[in-house]
Amino acid sequence: MSWVLGDTVPLTAYIGLSAALFLLGVVGVLVRRNAIIIFMSIELMLNAANLALVAFASYLDQVAGQVFVFFVMAVAAAEVAVGLAIIVNVFRARQTVYVDEVNLLKG
Amino acid sequence: MTPIFFLLFAAVALGAALMVVLQRNPVASALYLVLAFCSLAGLYVLLHAPFLAAVQVIVYAGAIMVLFLFVIMLLNLQKDVEAGLHRAARRVFGWLLGLVLAAQLYLLLRGPWGLGPQGQEPAAAVHAAGNTQTIGVRLYTDFLLPFEVTSILLLVAIVGAVVLSLRKGEREGVEEAP
Repeated sequence: MSWVLGDTVPLTAYIGLSAALFLLGVVGVLVRRNAIIIFMSIELMLNAANLALVAFASYLDQVAGQVFVFFVMAVAAAEVAVGLAIIVNVFRARQTVYVDEVNLLKG
Repeated sequence: MTPIFFLLFAAVALGAALMVVLQRNPVASALYLVLAFCSLAGLYVLLHAPFLAAVQVIVYAGAIMVLFLFVIMLLNLQKDVEAGLHRAARRVFGWLLGLVLAAQLYLLLRGPWGLGPQGQEPAAAVHAAGNTQTIGVRLYTDFLLPFEVTSILLLVAIVGAVVLSLRKGEREGVEEAP
């Protein structure tokens, strides 16, 4: 942690932060049962990946990584629009968004 | 100076992400997620990506989270109240699996990992040429095909969202999905 007093942040710190955010997203998907919060956790994971991409782009002097992040954001926006429409439809059909109560396909 | 800002934004992002997972109230979760996205935008600025920082705030913290809040309030969800063994089991196993993934990520980060080839676009040169302009040029030259594919993806998403949000009675004339 000697870099705290220095002038630059090591790449490992950014990747570690990205890993931690991804981890929290995974735990959110596993622990929560509200479909909307599961969806938010997925957004968190996408953002963790974005942070890793931007960090590598910055440390490797490549702008391509930033373009990738731009695409990821576009895909995330599309995903949210369709996903939330699906959640609203599930709510209309079942009056709940808790994933353990939506068990129509349970064998 | 940079490490101090990094630690600040990282702490806010991690804390907010933790609260997203822990909060019972979906609205509070969504607002904490906005906070996490904003601090990520701060990190993007530290990483010399001001364009992405702006897009992060506008698209994520603005558009996407407003959509989330809109749906949460439309569905009028109550606080997540669930008691008993079921919830305890889910929590224990969820955090346990998270711990396993944490150990894996730690081993991966600690071990030797190499970087790819260094590019020819250092931050100073990109800044001189204009960050947004550089990204735009790359978008319309090297990444033209993915860019067009993205536009088709967005069109499909629009059509999908409209079809999904139609009520049963309004679907006359709309082919039912097979």
